[in-house]
Amino acid sequence: MIPSSFDYHAPTSVDEALGLLGELGGDAKVLAGGHSLIPAMRLRLAMPGALVDLNKIAGLSYIKEEGGELRIGAMTREVELERSALVQERYPLLADAGRVIADPLVRNRGTIGGNLAHADPANDHPAVMLAYGATIVARGPGGSRDIPIDDFFVGLFESALEPGELLTEIRVPTPGAGAGGAYLKFERKVGDYAVSAVGVQLTMDGDTCTAIRAGLTNVGPVPMRATEAENALASKTVTDETLEEAGRAAAAGCDPSGDLRGSVEYKRDLTRILFKRAVRKAMERAKGAAR
Amino acid sequence: MSGGNGKSGSGSGKHTVTATVNGAEQTRDVDPRMLLVHFIREELGLTGTHIGCDTSHCGACTVLLDGTPVKSCTVFAVQADGAAIETVEGVAAGAELHPIQQGFWEKHGLQCGYCTPGMIMTTKELLDRNPDPSEEEIRFAISGNLCRCTGYNKIVEAVQYAATKLREGTDAADASDQEIQEMTA
Repeated sequence: MIPSSFDYHAPTSVDEALGLLGELGGDAKVLAGGHSLIPAMRLRLAMPGALVDLNKIAGLSYIKEEGGELRIGAMTREVELERSALVQERYPLLADAGRVIADPLVRNRGTIGGNLAHADPANDHPAVMLAYGATIVARGPGGSRDIPIDDFFVGLFESALEPGELLTEIRVPTPGAGAGGAYLKFERKVGDYAVSAVGVQLTMDGDTCTAIRAGLTNVGPVPMRATEAENALASKTVTDETLEEAGRAAAAGCDPSGDLRGSVEYKRDLTRILFKRAVRKAMERAKGAAR
Repeated sequence: MSGGNGKSGSGSGKHTVTATVNGAEQTRDVDPRMLLVHFIREELGLTGTHIGCDTSHCGACTVLLDGTPVKSCTVFAVQADGAAIETVEGVAAGAELHPIQQGFWEKHGLQCGYCTPGMIMTTKELLDRNPDPSEEEIRFAISGNLCRCTGYNKIVEAVQYAATKLREGTDAADASDQEIQEMTA
């Protein structure tokens, strides 16, 4: 299977890439890790007239803490997140996801920026970043702007990025004292998309959940938060009863479609279970965490 | 704007790609849409790299791109300009099989053999990075390479055999270095 013809551009700076995107217009696609785009091009689901390849741009790949945030360059490969000691130690929700995104070979090429900019509700980073309350940094011809993650996912494969804009950085708030997170994914086999997956980031004060955000993967047409489930736990003592209530709210609030991975009922119930397990795991980590 | 215009940076038409493949520099003019696996198989005639699923799932086409195992069906050849590529043809030292290949031979790590080149390339990077992997680490590392024959057990044994053999080789080399140092001291 061979993609249709396209012109290839490999800029060496973000400014050059933005210039090319402006020049080429809507016919151009941005190539990051390529592990969503190239398969789509081979199947001719995507037939861009030009590709702007970001792989030759230096300085878009980094993982660092700065200003109370984890700052991740858009071209950081999944494998770099997976093996980052900083992520392992301080961002367990992100670390969990890092081991279950696609498969190890895909993670050697795939990038976090591409995973998010693709705005695929089946991708894992959207739910993770919704749970963290991350910020997306985008650069366009007019400069840089911050997009709260809650405003980033607009529709199926549609983000708030404007034509000609590039996602350049992801900013994750550094978890404070009493915080914990977890990502639980149920998949048929390594490399498959989730049947359902739940990302939870919470803060505990004793048995009271003082803050919680949760993101859901592949159980709706748009990456989504489990808002009602969050409300069922926020500022409450977490008991088996409140947790079950929250799990049911997550199941009721999602919008899965029945397919080869399972029926609507099955996916809703799986989401209920995964939500509960993810909260329990996040709570354990919150209690064990030094910060 | 078509036909070998020698451009490697930007634009339409063919692009010149120069890559070091199994230690030898290779230059070809290619269409941007040519996938790396087709470049390797059809332009260079190195057909040890297999096309399995053609949908980025199976890992049969795995090669090392600047030392990293990647699915060569999911990289464009133009992207490999300036890179070092290693394929299964580059693994053996002449007629002598590499310890990883010996492992697959000795432990029957294959039946049909279709996934084997990809398995070997993934294993090579694993053992470079982690010379003494646990069974779990081996299974995790090869989880992007699908095998439909073996049930993976024999492949895991092959990797363990290779790891041991490579470590012994290193130890033996260290020992002989030490002997030489002692002799010359």
